[in-house]
Amino acid sequence: MPGGYAGKFLEVDLTSRNVRDIKFSDEVLRQYLGGRGLATKVLWDRLGARWEEVDPLGPENILLMFTGPLTGYAPGARLCVSGKSPQSNGIVGSTIAGEFPVELKCAGYDGIIFTGKAENPVYLSVFDSDVEIKDASHIWGKDAKETLKVLVKEGREALAKSRPRRGVWKEPAAVYIGPAGERLVRVAAVVGKWAHAAGYGGYGAVMGSKNLKAVIAKGTGPLPEAADMEKAVEAAEAISRINLRYTHLRHWGTGYLGYDVGARLSAEPVKNWQEEWHDEKSYSADKFEPFWAKRFWGDFGCPVTCLKLAVIRSGPFKGAITDNPDYENQAYLGTNLGVFTAEGNIYLTALIDDLGLCGIQCGNVLGFAAELYEKGILTREDLGGIDLKWGDVEAFASLVRMIVERREIGDVLAEGTYRAALKISEMKSVDALKYAVVAKGIGIGAHGIRSGEDYPHHETYVCSVQGGDHTSPAYIPLDDDLSELTVALYDSGVVCWFNFFEEGTKDHIWGLIKAVTGWEITPEEWYGTSARRIIHTQRVALLLGGPDIRWDPKTHDDIPSKWYKPLKAGPYAGKAVDRKIIEEAKREYYEAIGWDENGVPKSEELRRLGLEEVDKKAEALRG
Amino acid sequence: MWHEGKIWPEASRVRVFMLVPGVEVPHLCVQCHDYPCVKACPSEALSISPETEAVIVDREKCTACGLCIEACPGDVPYIHPAEKYAVICDLCGGDPQCVKACSEGGWDALKLLKKSENYTYKVYAKTPEEITREVAVQLYGEVGEEVV
Repeated sequence: MPGGYAGKFLEVDLTSRNVRDIKFSDEVLRQYLGGRGLATKVLWDRLGARWEEVDPLGPENILLMFTGPLTGYAPGARLCVSGKSPQSNGIVGSTIAGEFPVELKCAGYDGIIFTGKAENPVYLSVFDSDVEIKDASHIWGKDAKETLKVLVKEGREALAKSRPRRGVWKEPAAVYIGPAGERLVRVAAVVGKWAHAAGYGGYGAVMGSKNLKAVIAKGTGPLPEAADMEKAVEAAEAISRINLRYTHLRHWGTGYLGYDVGARLSAEPVKNWQEEWHDEKSYSADKFEPFWAKRFWGDFGCPVTCLKLAVIRSGPFKGAITDNPDYENQAYLGTNLGVFTAEGNIYLTALIDDLGLCGIQCGNVLGFAAELYEKGILTREDLGGIDLKWGDVEAFASLVRMIVERREIGDVLAEGTYRAALKISEMKSVDALKYAVVAKGIGIGAHGIRSGEDYPHHETYVCSVQGGDHTSPAYIPLDDDLSELTVALYDSGVVCWFNFFEEGTKDHIWGLIKAVTGWEITPEEWYGTSARRIIHTQRVALLLGGPDIRWDPKTHDDIPSKWYKPLKAGPYAGKAVDRKIIEEAKREYYEAIGWDENGVPKSEELRRLGLEEVDKKAEALRG
Repeated sequence: MWHEGKIWPEASRVRVFMLVPGVEVPHLCVQCHDYPCVKACPSEALSISPETEAVIVDREKCTACGLCIEACPGDVPYIHPAEKYAVICDLCGGDPQCVKACSEGGWDALKLLKKSENYTYKVYAKTPEEITREVAVQLYGEVGEEVV
């Protein structure tokens, strides 16, 4: 068996409550590694034939929580969550940091496949090979802090009962959903450690649709053995040593960007992307720092520690606890809503953490609603009496609660920006889609392209198989450090991208893969075959879509219409995106990656990679 | 790593508890002067290293009865997850690897000092719950009480 793998996966049928171990061949593991890659393979094998009919929030969807061979060995351990996405109707590899994947591997499992739907709310407990589906009715409806408190308590009690003389038990690790996921809010995340989330994809709603509140894991074994332990440690240490020089992320996390991306790069969403520039010094990193109770908040084995712990100890937002907030939350729950105070942003971030929402997707839909209010399309009455003015923290907090409770307009917005835009267009006889900043149903990350100064390219959100996911950018050249073919490697590893940002770190990953698994995977193999299998399969699934929405590359391989309008202010005022350049970038990307002129993976390319079944389904897309 | 030759969080002499997010607390032997664990051992499995004054566990003699855990004011020792013996920090034979890792990682939170006879280390022998509560209140203020 290759090193780094526990050697088996858990399959849990929530309908029948049947639990069994399953295995994948070494060949499949070598081709797909784990995480996003293997999830794509499993989803296609099981659902591909009738992909368009599978309701992402129905019992026929499957939910995957996969580690990878490098998880726990590479600095920055992550878990990849996947399934058919209720946002894009495609496949999203959504990752979350923390100790959960390490515990799972130490328990002897590389991942978990959930099928079906539990009759009543449940949570899964994995204690080495003892796997139990437990009642969760007492924590259903509870927020993150209460949920985790109960899970830690019950988990430790169960551990102590099973081995009473062992001593004090360290807590099991947990991932869970908040009330948002329970109510199938499509912008709900899979959450851990209060402020960690797998947000993109909307898998919190998938957990909710399966009546699955949480998963806890405790593994008492060692991390599955590496093929060459000495070399594995050497490579991991080399990566860590480089990362230790990465002082800005270590010191401020991405939380120094809330001011920077707006003021310097002019690429930050301001008031639902009506602007991308601001010079609000009230929003610079030094204004957040006084709230940090802890500057270095690292997960298992992470030298980067981009998370900081923010606490508000006095004033109207007293009691709010969250991370930095990181840049995405600073932007989407700050500047995008016209909020330019650290307290307001920390409060809103803590609120969405507690309720189990994705800060990006939720902030995207909040900004969208606020612009519709500004334009008079949504009235105060529509909003249940809320005067949704830019910068009004309490007003936005009220709307967040309406979304989670699916009250009135909240029920529409809970469907995410794209679906809400369709609905509101219908309700108000307007084109609300022109206010939506989304790509293939997924709210776009907080990095604009109009100024041309930030990292995304013209093709980035147009061609990404994960839609608006700023952590999976379509990029030319395909083997660029920021390309989604590269990210697919980290997401399949499963490791944190932030540990592979600094120059020189990525060079060590091939050696680390060799040392841990024993496989000599070359960059040529990854970029030429493995990554393409994943990306092409994700692309075909995305275009098949369904059942409620499908994407036509001619229409939907595009940027939000707003971005064709010039920036209004700042050093890049007047800059806009040229439609011709988008078309060019799109064609160039299709060509480079092996898609035809309609954006469908070419038959010979799919067959070269052994993806005959994918090709058969792609045939229908080729028209 | 150092004792086991592999990555094994549940067999680590330094266990990091996270009963509350953000409140990660290392739990390990605090080097009491009066060695309640050694005194409580019925099978002479625990002894004191003449070089480092750390507690040494004789794996052959240890029966994993757990009396040392009960005797420890902080419930620090625990039984190894795969074998039948108590796990107690032995200061890695005088060259603690945690201190090295902490310094290499640039955190410099741990430093190697000579044991002092004039200081009651025992007061730091606390259960993970006690430490968590104290730190949570320090970090989170009044909310700290609620989240524990």
